[in-house]
Amino acid sequence: MKNNNENQEQKGVTGWIDKRLPIFTFMNHNLRDYPTPKNLNYFWNFGSLAGITLVIMIITGILLAMQYTANTDLAFESVERIMRDVNNGWLLRYIHMNGASMFFIIVFIHIFRGLYYGSYKYPREILWMLGVVILLLMMATAFMGYVLPWGQMSFWGATVITNLFSAFPIIGDYIVTFLWGGFSVDNPTLSRFFVLHYLLPFAIVGVVALHLVALHQFGSNNPTGVDVKSENDTIPFHPYYTVKDYFGLGVFLIVFAGLVFFAPNFLGHPDNYIPANPLQTPAHIVPEWYFLPFYAILRAVPDKLLGVLLMFAAVLVLFFLPWLDKHKVRSANFRPFYKQFYWLFAIDCIILGWVGAMPAEGIYVLIARIATAYYFSFFLIIMPLLSKFEKVSDHLPSSISSAVLSKKFDNSTKESYVK
Amino acid sequence: MLNKLSIKIVLLFLFLGVNNSHSASEKMELIEQNWPFNGVFGRFDKSSLQRGYLVYKEVCASCHGLKHVSYRDLTGIGLTKDEIKSIAGEYILMDGPNDEGEMFEREAKPSDKFVNPYENDNQARLANNGAYPPDLSLMVKARAGGADYLFSLLNGYKDFPEDFEASDGMYYNEYYPGKQIAMPSPIMDDIVEYNDGTDATHVQIARDVTSFLAWTAEPELEERKSLGVKTLFFLILLTIMLLGVKRKVWKDVN
Ligand code: HEC
Ligand code: HEM
Repeated sequence: MKNNNENQEQKGVTGWIDKRLPIFTFMNHNLRDYPTPKNLNYFWNFGSLAGITLVIMIITGILLAMQYTANTDLAFESVERIMRDVNNGWLLRYIHMNGASMFFIIVFIHIFRGLYYGSYKYPREILWMLGVVILLLMMATAFMGYVLPWGQMSFWGATVITNLFSAFPIIGDYIVTFLWGGFSVDNPTLSRFFVLHYLLPFAIVGVVALHLVALHQFGSNNPTGVDVKSENDTIPFHPYYTVKDYFGLGVFLIVFAGLVFFAPNFLGHPDNYIPANPLQTPAHIVPEWYFLPFYAILRAVPDKLLGVLLMFAAVLVLFFLPWLDKHKVRSANFRPFYKQFYWLFAIDCIILGWVGAMPAEGIYVLIARIATAYYFSFFLIIMPLLSKFEKVSDHLPSSISSAVLSKKFDNSTKESYVK
Repeated sequence: MLNKLSIKIVLLFLFLGVNNSHSASEKMELIEQNWPFNGVFGRFDKSSLQRGYLVYKEVCASCHGLKHVSYRDLTGIGLTKDEIKSIAGEYILMDGPNDEGEMFEREAKPSDKFVNPYENDNQARLANNGAYPPDLSLMVKARAGGADYLFSLLNGYKDFPEDFEASDGMYYNEYYPGKQIAMPSPIMDDIVEYNDGTDATHVQIARDVTSFLAWTAEPELEERKSLGVKTLFFLILLTIMLLGVKRKVWKDVN
């Protein structure tokens, strides 16, 4: 099927089908010949890893749903039955549980990759924004999924987070009652969360499809941030990036399997093995680790409403990135100032995650406030200012090939673009 | 520099997970034990599990249930089907209604879950001074520190310090959050008699019953770890091969 032409019927069954439904031509274009920059580093593996993790989550999720019961009296017990009585049920559940964490690790790295190499800039603005939509959907899905086993953290996490909406004036209480389907987190809440937790991943699949359409319109960005100029700059996706993605997948699965088989509860909270009890509040209510930076922002603000708004703003601000950072150069490799602030921002996010797990008192509040201030300053002040004042570097290569070649012959530099 | 830093970021994120599960403050340092079920090749010590089951049955079972475990699961600690049948037969549970519409009592079968010591939570509270003896099936997974916590708790009973404001019917335990617990020290030397000749010391009993409860919390542990070793072995080989293929394919790019 190398030189497939719409009018020419190829031999065999695939040829017959392809003439009428050009699905093989489509696959050929997008997974095989698809010209890809030749200098992508391993950070470009995380997109395909995210896609694979999404599939793993959907498959294990559907199999779990066949055994799970969304009823407050039975949910906890039904999960224990899966763990004990269903064949390989423990494996399914541990994969799904740790898969969620892996999914977030991957997508966070994927996003930080985009942030570093300026992948959100022209002409990939919509691609980036679809990514943010995926992130929001993932967060909603993970939050509701965590409620399903109906342990102490499930219940109290759901209570705390849904209660946040009560901060809105006038309509707040109405929204909360509406979310709960009653006057507290109870059976109606659990059953709607289950329905939505089943539904949203398929919405994610849809947005991922759009994400890929947008990606393939202009192709991948690359570590230099310089546009593809000629065929010299690219290589076909297959076999180069398929094999690289397979290798990345292998490494990923080793880490993933290590967690699932040897430390399946490492990232979880022990309290979630205590059945939900509305009459007994746990000593510390902490969300899953991937929400901690946002939780820290929420608690950094003394005013509840402002805290809630800032927490949402922390994600929503990502939508505006293409217009906050208008600097001509994409890659931080050629923006020494941006690069410094970028790493500071990465560290800032880790600090936020760390204080999110600490009690909201004393020095922690102060740290959370400073970290929150930097989080927003990075986007709203530093980025626009740097767009104006950071000079375009003289080292900016004229093309991907020239960058790759100059690196090849420059033995004095340790960093290299191509592995 | 970029790659190294990113790896650090990932590690730190992972670290946050640990941090968040052990975030409770001002706790005593737990007594750490070298459990045979720890580690990559961890396995349960079957004879310890059987002794631990005896302790549970003769001591803890008067107050604590084990509702997620079935009698038939006891094959996992090395009991035979016949032994399990006779164990189950010692317990009476309410079943029904029968054809006449009556509830009736019957002996438990291997397929039944462990029969609870109390009919309901309120009865359990009434019998224990208002405190609720929690189900022990998942206890080891439900506490930070797991088996070490349980072992420490069972060894942590002391007299109240003089300046401590003790409440009525409470006991001093260094490892319990708040330091006073409604459960009296459940074990002492020779509270059970082991029939395999092991000395039934306080520490030995605590160790055995903790092992048993680690098993009730994670009966899949041995299967999980042995499957894990095989899976990792396979994945590492596969990944090394893929790296070889990748290198070969990429050899003459540029
Ligand atoms: C006389 C009844 C009684 C017996 C016998 C008993 N317990 Fe308890 N246990 C309790 C009560 C009551 C509590 C609740 C304590 C509280 O809430 O302060 C409790 C709590 C516990 C806890 C939970 C501690 C925590 O961190 O919350 C564990 C673990 C425990 N018991 C283990 C055991 C073991 C193991 C045995 C057998 C060796 C045993 N118990 C025997 C009554 C009993
Ligand atoms: C379910 C989650 C996601 C999946 C399955 C997914 C999938 C992919 C895939 C397969 C690619 C191409 C390979 C690559 O460049 O790594 C890609 C590229 C991209 N993704 Fe995602 N993605 C997800 C989430 C996100 C999120 C949350 C964002 C940002 C907020 C994002 C932003 C981008 C951008 C900007 C690109 C283009 C990168 C470039 O070419 O430099 N993605 N995505």
